[in-house]
Amino acid sequence: MAVTKTTPKLVDIPNKFCPGCGHGILNRLIAEVIEENGYEQKTIMTLGVGCDCNMNSTFLGDTIQCAHGRAASTATGVKVARPDLLSIAYQGDGDAYVIGLSETLNAAYRNTNITVFVVNNNNFAMTGGQMSWTTMAGQVTTTSPAGRDTKATGNPIKLPEIVSGFDVAYVARGSVHSAEEIMKLRKYVKNAIEAQLAGEGYSLVEALCQCPTNWGMDTRHSLEWMEAEVVPYFELGELKERKAK
Amino acid sequence: MKKMWKGNHAIAEAAMRAGCKFYAGYPITPQTEIPEYLSARMPELGRTCIQAENEMSAVYMILGAYSCGMRCMTSSSGPGISLKQEGLSYICAYYLPAVIVNVQRWGPGLGTLDSAQTDYLRDTRGGGNGDYRVIVLAPNSIQESIDLMYESFDIAEKYRNPVEIMSEAALGQMMEAVEFPEFKDREGELDWTYDGTNRPHGKLPDSEKSAAALAKYTKIAEEFQRWESYRTEDAEYVFVAFGLPSRTSRNAVDQLRANGEKVGLIRPITLWPFPIKAFEELGPQVKGLISVESTDTGQLIEDVALAAKKCKIDVPVYGLFSGLSISKTKAISEFYREVKSGQRKEVY
Repeated sequence: MAVTKTTPKLVDIPNKFCPGCGHGILNRLIAEVIEENGYEQKTIMTLGVGCDCNMNSTFLGDTIQCAHGRAASTATGVKVARPDLLSIAYQGDGDAYVIGLSETLNAAYRNTNITVFVVNNNNFAMTGGQMSWTTMAGQVTTTSPAGRDTKATGNPIKLPEIVSGFDVAYVARGSVHSAEEIMKLRKYVKNAIEAQLAGEGYSLVEALCQCPTNWGMDTRHSLEWMEAEVVPYFELGELKERKAK
Repeated sequence: MKKMWKGNHAIAEAAMRAGCKFYAGYPITPQTEIPEYLSARMPELGRTCIQAENEMSAVYMILGAYSCGMRCMTSSSGPGISLKQEGLSYICAYYLPAVIVNVQRWGPGLGTLDSAQTDYLRDTRGGGNGDYRVIVLAPNSIQESIDLMYESFDIAEKYRNPVEIMSEAALGQMMEAVEFPEFKDREGELDWTYDGTNRPHGKLPDSEKSAAALAKYTKIAEEFQRWESYRTEDAEYVFVAFGLPSRTSRNAVDQLRANGEKVGLIRPITLWPFPIKAFEELGPQVKGLISVESTDTGQLIEDVALAAKKCKIDVPVYGLFSGLSISKTKAISEFYREVKSGQRKEVY
C-alpha cells in the first residue's frame, strides 16, 4: 500500500530552530490540529519572545509578535476583538513563567477563553542558555555555572500544577522525547484547542522539549536526560480534564 | 440641552460615542472614574470592559484587540502610564492605532494626587524605547475633552499611531456643562488588520523602517498642528500654556489688556506635534515669550524655545512653573510685570 507523506500547510516550509530542537514537533502538532478543525484561515497566534520568534517567518498563519512575557494579555485582546477566531499564545518557559508569570497566571485566573502553549526546555534558549525558573536543580546554565542552587533560586516551577487549581477548562503537560509521548501530546493539543472552540475557557499545554544546543548534548543524550531527570520531576499527563467532553 | 458632567465620566462617555468597543484598565487616582463608569456603561452597550491585573497587561490587551481592528482604549495616570510605555513602544513599532488617556497627577515616583503637567516631556517624546512619537491632545475644558476624544480614534486610525488625551487631575475631577455628539462607528474598513487569513499587515522590512518613521512623523507634524491664539496680533509678550493653566493665563491676558498691557496667549491643543505654526504668525513687536505650566523645572518651555528658534523669534523665553498647583490669574499677571520690569531672568 502506498504511503503518502503530508505536511500541514501552516508549517510547510523548513523551520529555523536549531538541529534537534523540540519546538518543530510542537509546531507541527498545533498546525495539524488547527487544520483538522478547519481553522487554518481563522487562527491568530501571538508569539512570545524567545526561540518562538523564529515562527514569525515559518508559521504560515497570522502571527502577532508581542513583548517578552505579554502573550496571554495580547491573546486576550485578540479574543475580545475576534471571538470567532482561534486565539493562541505560543511561548517558552522563560517568557511565560518568568518575565510573564503575572500575565500567564492572571489570564488563567480570569479563565479567559484562549489557549496557551508553553515550550519548557529548562532554560532561556534564545539568549544562549541562561537559568529559567524551570531549570532543573543542579543543571548547568550560563547563569548557573556551578549548577542550579535551588536553595538560593527556588525549585523548578510547576506552572500547570498552579493553574490547574484555578477554574480553567483544560491543563496538561506533554513531552516530545518519544514517539509515544508525542502522540499523547497531540491529544493534549487537540483538547486545548477544542476547549477554546467550544467556549469552555482557558486551556494550557506545557510541552517538555529538548534543547541540545544549550544543554551541550547531542539529541540522543538530550532525550535520555529528559527521560531520566526532567520527566520524573515534571510529571506528564492531564492535570485538568475538560468537563464538557 | 447641556448637562453637568464630571470630566472623567464625560471622557469615558465620549469614547463610547466615538465607537470604542473595548476598554482595559487598572485603578489609579485621579482617573479611576473612567474604568468605574465604563464597567457599568459598556455592558449596557454590549461592549467589553476588563479590569486588568496591571497596566502592562491592559495595554497589551489593547494591542491585541486593535491588531484586529477593534476600537479600544486604556487610561491611567502618571505612574500607570509609565508602566504602559513598553506596550506603547510596541504599538508604535507595529503602526497600530490606540487611544490612551493620561489624567496626570504630580510628580515622579508615587507623586501626589495634585493636578499637574509633569508628564509633558515623557509623553510628547515617545516615552519608551526607540524613536517614535505619540500624538498628544490637550483639552482645557470638559467639553473639549469630549470633542477631542470623539475624534481620537479617527486620528489614530488615519495615521496608524496612538493618540493620547493628556488630561489633568483637576480636569478629570471637576464638573462643567457639556453636550455629547451622536454615537458613531468607523466609516469603512481597515484593510491591514489581523483576521486569521495572514493577509498583508503593512509591515516594512527593517531596512526601510528608519526612513518610514521619519516620513510618517514629518507628515503628521506638518499637517496636524492645532492651537488657539488669543489676542496675539499686537502682543509684545505672549503667554504659552495648555490645559488648565491656559485658562488662568487667558484670564491674565484679559486683565492685563484692561490695563493697557499688550499681551496674548498661544494655547497648544496638540502637544505633539507641537504647534510651531502658531509662532510663525507672531509679529516683530514680540519682546518675550512666557511659558506657564504646572511643572517643577520647566518642560513645555523647551518646546516654546525650540518653536521660537524655528520661527527666528530671537526674544527671551521665561518660565512660570507652578509645580503641584495651577498658577492663579493674579500670580501670572504679577510674573508678567516682573518680566517686563526686568526682575525675572529668562530660561532660554
